[in-house]
Amino acid sequence: MITIPRLRPGRAVLWLLVLGAAAITVYRFAGGLGVATNLSDRFPWGLWNGFKLGAIGLAAGGFTMAAVGYVFHLRRYKPLVRLAVVAGFLGYLTFVVTLLIDLGRPYRIWHPIIMWNAHSVMFEIAWCVILYLTVLTLEFGQIVLERLGRRRLLAITRMALPPLVIAGVILSTLHQSSLGSLFLIVPGKLHALWFSPLLPVFFLFSAMAVGPAVVILQAAYMDRAYGRRIDPRILNDLGKAVMVVLALNLVLRVTDLVARGAWPLAFNGSFEAVLFDVEIVLGLIAPLVLLSLPTSSPRVLLTASLLAALGVILNRMNTAITGLLVGSRTWYVPSWMEIVVALGLLAMAILAYLWIIEHLPVTEEETAAQLRPALAPSPAPAP
Amino acid sequence: MNLTRREFMSLAAAGGLGVTVVGAGVRPAQAVQRNGMAILIDVSRCVGCRSCEAACKANRGFPEGAAEDLSPTAYTYIHTAALSTPRPHPVLGEDGAGQRTVKMQCMHCTEPACASACPVAALRKTAAGPVVYDADRCMGCRYCLLACPFQIPRFEWRKALPVVTKCDMCAARQAEGKGPVCVEACPADALAFGPREKMLAEASRRIAAENTRYIPAIYGAEEAGGTSILYVSDVPFEELGFRVVVREPLPAYTWKALGKLPGVVIGLGAVLTGIEVVIRRRTEMQEKERELR
Repeated sequence: MITIPRLRPGRAVLWLLVLGAAAITVYRFAGGLGVATNLSDRFPWGLWNGFKLGAIGLAAGGFTMAAVGYVFHLRRYKPLVRLAVVAGFLGYLTFVVTLLIDLGRPYRIWHPIIMWNAHSVMFEIAWCVILYLTVLTLEFGQIVLERLGRRRLLAITRMALPPLVIAGVILSTLHQSSLGSLFLIVPGKLHALWFSPLLPVFFLFSAMAVGPAVVILQAAYMDRAYGRRIDPRILNDLGKAVMVVLALNLVLRVTDLVARGAWPLAFNGSFEAVLFDVEIVLGLIAPLVLLSLPTSSPRVLLTASLLAALGVILNRMNTAITGLLVGSRTWYVPSWMEIVVALGLLAMAILAYLWIIEHLPVTEEETAAQLRPALAPSPAPAP
Repeated sequence: MNLTRREFMSLAAAGGLGVTVVGAGVRPAQAVQRNGMAILIDVSRCVGCRSCEAACKANRGFPEGAAEDLSPTAYTYIHTAALSTPRPHPVLGEDGAGQRTVKMQCMHCTEPACASACPVAALRKTAAGPVVYDADRCMGCRYCLLACPFQIPRFEWRKALPVVTKCDMCAARQAEGKGPVCVEACPADALAFGPREKMLAEASRRIAAENTRYIPAIYGAEEAGGTSILYVSDVPFEELGFRVVVREPLPAYTWKALGKLPGVVIGLGAVLTGIEVVIRRRTEMQEKERELR
């Protein structure tokens, strides 16, 4: 069923952002990273890197929901698994496109496949992302196969899903945490509010919390824009799962801060302290409070999910930018071109997402029983 | 959280403790690894003539002129550090009391963070001492720039096909049995080149022989796990703007996390597979029972 897309003026703005980003990208490739960005030798990673980390974090629903649906076989969540797979697939594609723009020599992006350094966190991330993007493509391929009506192929590949999903969960656990490990090598540069030996654990837990939160936002949009309603009880239960992981993450973050004796830094009124407090209060405490309210109104659930998502983005930006400013003995504010490219990439992901939910079967899924006839030997094979 | 003594020490070091004090806490087991050649830089002897800088640029074919920072056309430069409390320069006397001139370049760490960080092994530590860079491997991800505790590598920001640049301690010349051009060019005897152990011994000898001239510290003896560039000075290194760097080699920080991953793969794989099989069997059986009824 295809509905007429709404929000036309909104889409015009998105397309404008994509075009702007494309123009700046051409300029950046002609003149080098220095002409478009405010990056420097003392601050070599900036907004685009923070954006990449955010995209991967928000895409985490792909592995958590797939685990719920295909490893734990919790049927009632099945209508949401595909939404999460689409978000995951687009999140990782956005990561790769951003990486291509951010790399000095993007045509060598394949180098880690043959040039190994097992001691490099980024080498490990490169391999995990390559493999997990393959897993996501195969999972997303299920949706495409169903749309194309290739039911026999669909039935056969469906059987490969559990091992594929397990591989995806392992790969995601590895690289979601390793994105935090990237910053373990800068103990002298990263501010004590963020530098912790537990960085990989924090990154993993925050990703696991935000994945389902993004799915809640997606379901709400499906309802509002297309009238495709998903049982609110399922979404509420998902909200409870988000609450549990958020609580776990908050307890860990605070305990770690106190154990390292860094907690007074959060209250000294510095630039870092303010952004850290905003991250913790708006991104962890506020959604926790909202989700633990006894009444379960859709608006509260939505607000909490949105805050959790913004909280993860802020956490990644803080770890990758805010926390590195003082230790790098320099200042960095993204250039307007960096901001437009980041917004353009986000716009591109949103446009692709809208196209997919309008053209592909993302909420319903043919059940195994429905597919069983497709597996039976066909009585008269076509010549 | 259980901390081993070593982990605790590294955390304490991360919190920021002073520069190396001679003889303090050198771990004998690691001293063996610290071989290869090294350069000893004596800040108290440097007169700021920039002969080293000029020789380096001539050797590389870079444009002449004094540099104010490292760059793709300045692998070394003379940093002028203003002193908060002026004191007579050991060579120049009162004329040089207000400042010191310090040669800056890649520190050539014994266990380099850049080489550990690089996903494609474009940077590596050679047995001879230099940390060298292979531009043909580099993707331009700039993780080395971020990882370097001394903020040394430079990136060609204004080039469409950029590379990372830094001093390689004249690795090619060393392969021919010659020393770095900067050391040969120094007219003030402020630079010395030789095996790292010998340079460390020479640094200790100078400090012991003239304990009123030198501060009792060798920068690079233990910084970031030890470097192949060593500094002795007559003014505290903090005053020269030197960074306080952790004692533990930086690759160890990330390895602590990376080393756990094989266990995660096996453990998580086994648990998830078990869960999937058990739950699927159970649902299938429930379905069959329902059909039978």
